[in-house]
Amino acid sequence: MTELSESARRAVEAATAEGAGEAEAYVVVEGGRQVRVHGGEVESLTAATRSGVGIRAWIGQRVGYAYGTDLGEAGVATIAARAAEAAAVADEDEFAAPPQPSEYESLPGISDPSVASWDASRVAEIALAVERTALGADDRIAGVEQAVYADAEERVAIASSTGVAGEYESSSCFAYLQALAEGEGARETGLGFGLARGPEGLDPAAIGAEGAARAVAMIGAGKPQSQSCPVVLDETVAASFAGLIGSGLSGRAVQRGRSPFAGRLEAEVASGAFALHDDGRDPQGPAAAPFDGEGVPRRRTALIEGGRLRSYLYDTYTANREGVVSTGSASRGSYRSLPFVSASNLVIAPGELSLEGLLAEAGEGVFVTDVAGLHSGVNPVTGVFSVGASGQAIRGGALAEPIREFTIAGELVAMLGAVTAAGAEPRWVPFGGSVSTPPLLIAELAISGS
Amino acid sequence: MSELLDPGVAERVLARALRNGGRFAEIFAERRHGMSMTIDESRIESVQSGAEEGAGVRVVDGNTTYFAHVDGLDPADLERAAEEASAALGAGRAEPAPLEARRAEPLPIERRPEDVPAARKAELLRELDERARGRGGEITQFTASYAEARRQVALANSDGLLSGDDRTRTRIGAQAVARRDGTVETGAETLGAHRGFELLEDDPGGIAEQAARKALTLLDAGPAPSGSMPVVVGGGFGGVLFHEMTGHGLEADHIQKGASVYVGKLGEKVAQPLLNAYDDGRLPGEWGSDAIDDEGAPTQKTQVIAEGRLTSYLYDHLTAEREGVAATGNGRRESFRHLPIPRMTNTYIAPGDATPEELIAEVEHGFYAVSFGGGQVDPATGDFVFGVSEGYLIEGGEVTRPCRGATLIGNCLEALAAIDGVAEDFFMKTGICGKGGQKVPVGTGQGHVRVALMTVGGTQR
Repeated sequence: MTELSESARRAVEAATAEGAGEAEAYVVVEGGRQVRVHGGEVESLTAATRSGVGIRAWIGQRVGYAYGTDLGEAGVATIAARAAEAAAVADEDEFAAPPQPSEYESLPGISDPSVASWDASRVAEIALAVERTALGADDRIAGVEQAVYADAEERVAIASSTGVAGEYESSSCFAYLQALAEGEGARETGLGFGLARGPEGLDPAAIGAEGAARAVAMIGAGKPQSQSCPVVLDETVAASFAGLIGSGLSGRAVQRGRSPFAGRLEAEVASGAFALHDDGRDPQGPAAAPFDGEGVPRRRTALIEGGRLRSYLYDTYTANREGVVSTGSASRGSYRSLPFVSASNLVIAPGELSLEGLLAEAGEGVFVTDVAGLHSGVNPVTGVFSVGASGQAIRGGALAEPIREFTIAGELVAMLGAVTAAGAEPRWVPFGGSVSTPPLLIAELAISGS
Repeated sequence: MSELLDPGVAERVLARALRNGGRFAEIFAERRHGMSMTIDESRIESVQSGAEEGAGVRVVDGNTTYFAHVDGLDPADLERAAEEASAALGAGRAEPAPLEARRAEPLPIERRPEDVPAARKAELLRELDERARGRGGEITQFTASYAEARRQVALANSDGLLSGDDRTRTRIGAQAVARRDGTVETGAETLGAHRGFELLEDDPGGIAEQAARKALTLLDAGPAPSGSMPVVVGGGFGGVLFHEMTGHGLEADHIQKGASVYVGKLGEKVAQPLLNAYDDGRLPGEWGSDAIDDEGAPTQKTQVIAEGRLTSYLYDHLTAEREGVAATGNGRRESFRHLPIPRMTNTYIAPGDATPEELIAEVEHGFYAVSFGGGQVDPATGDFVFGVSEGYLIEGGEVTRPCRGATLIGNCLEALAAIDGVAEDFFMKTGICGKGGQKVPVGTGQGHVRVALMTVGGTQR
């Protein structure tokens, strides 16, 4: 047994010694770096190490949780005692029970051991190259607000008094920039990004070029007329909406009547052009892992297929309450958080049309490349949304002038029903969680401009 | 504070941080405790507590900051952080100045939340639940949360500063869902302060009724209008409008990178003469207040707009140094795991002379945004968006029907210049502000404010 798994096992013992009937410990050790560059210079270089444990304690049908950074014997005992104290305060819940152990398969391809062999100056060069490419891409690029490279290596171990035991290692890295373009008396910004398991997998030139292209495309943007029209969502915007759908499919939101998808299992919730699944084992997806935040194996779950709602996402608690099995959808923000139901890697099925094909199909409409205010502009219970947006007009089936300062409004389930086509080229996007999506064509949405 | 960071250890760590060169080094040590719980379906759940401690060391050389953070506060942990932070520097040892303690008086806490039994906090949430459900059977769902957090911080830097602070914040939040036939609406309200449990001794259940009232009101709502029109914004959290459309653009990091629409506007007229606005980290007990910022500078009251003219940006240590001005006590960080950056504290529009009724009476056809769910801005372009959580139509100078699903969008400079009325009914509310991946508590405030023209994005055709 590794030292990490051993400390998880000891934390479980400490909790039962402190009065917990059953207990679970989740231990994380993490190292990472972040480089921010500006004006051809490194602005900041951060080296981070962190470790911590979260202990969940059950006393009968009451659950409590405590976490801390002190992995020493006395420290863990204190955390264990706090978890038991917390359980004593909670109310009884007949569905609260610790997860039972089940076999999981290891998952190759989620850790790139080469991360550590890249020294700080080499990874800084990635961020510098991102910035350089953007600055050289177009005369109208006035600067780069920031270009960032970051990586992280994480080891996770879990153990419980019911016999759950598991451990895995994963790595991730990403780079992004916010490019600034100037023209027609205004300043525009453009985001470019890339993500991979190791620095080798990043393409700095492509990231820089994307940021520059997005910023330059917005020069001279004006307000569109208010109208209802076809809308094409680019991958970043489609991913943000996918994240909202994923939240709505959480078994917890559904059981508590706080989801637009509640009570709609097997009902028609989308057009046939829109299919969605969750795949916690797709190694291409940043959220991939062999097991979830409570040790249940990750898996593939079909969510929307043939226009119908096929399944919700469950952790052990919500599955118990529903009388089904967990879909391996317990997530943890970190050791600081109790497991909560959440999508892992959401995958929207690609269709057959290129982006040009989608725009041609739209005819006259709006291409949305950015949305803002998702956290305040969406009602998670009803799915009614109104969010700020920017992008380009679509005229005669092709991209036309840039537009900004408008809102797109509608209702989530109605929008899924209006998906006419999905593009052929999906992309992994780290917005709205971890999402793979192509651009999407929506038959009609309400645009509010001038 | 001395318990967190021994002066002798701090001097050793700073010397180690500078042994490969650098013009400035700092150690920031922190111990955090937190406790929270939730009531949902009338059941107390998600009871959790946590304790973390660690330190971050930074070394500044030229325009580059080297930063390392570790968990743990043992001298060996701190030296490891200094070692890692200085690893990438070239050569040329620098010497830190001898430390001189500067005592900051933490904000007073009357009743330490950690001394209040957890059962009392659970009882409080049950009271909230009863109060909300007491508003009638149309309230079908109710959740409320309680959270307390204590951050003890200590820091020392190579300029000889040794200081610390002890911060306790308490906050409760309530969310209600109301249902009538096929219509479902939500309402939310919060109460928070840089205070202890005394915050909750008056009438904490009031927020539950407020949340329920908002959800019930929206059951009668129609679609929000779309188009440009006068907008009257409510007091308190309405101040998030100023926070987003001006506050962020005044943070000196955005300014120095040319990524703000307020670049070059210092001393210029950016608003009508009736507008005065401040960032004030010293407001007693307020959510965004602290005794010192996270670099040891005393917090202060900074006037950012005086009679319509832009008077100051908001600085942390490095941006102030670069500009050759005094720091304004706005260097804040989420925790020892983050670098300080310029951040707002409590930002507000000072009260004016009008009454809310007067502001509304002068509007023929417009929108009344009582409160927001939140907002967002791109400081570089000035484009902002706000989600309205409670809004009404104004017709013929009177507030008529409630509206659902409205969003306000616009551009900072235009909207700021369009503020043509400020009312006297000033108060503050709490917010959590995200920037650069760091969340910090901020206060927002104002009386009712009127914007002569703004875009409302609704679904009404």
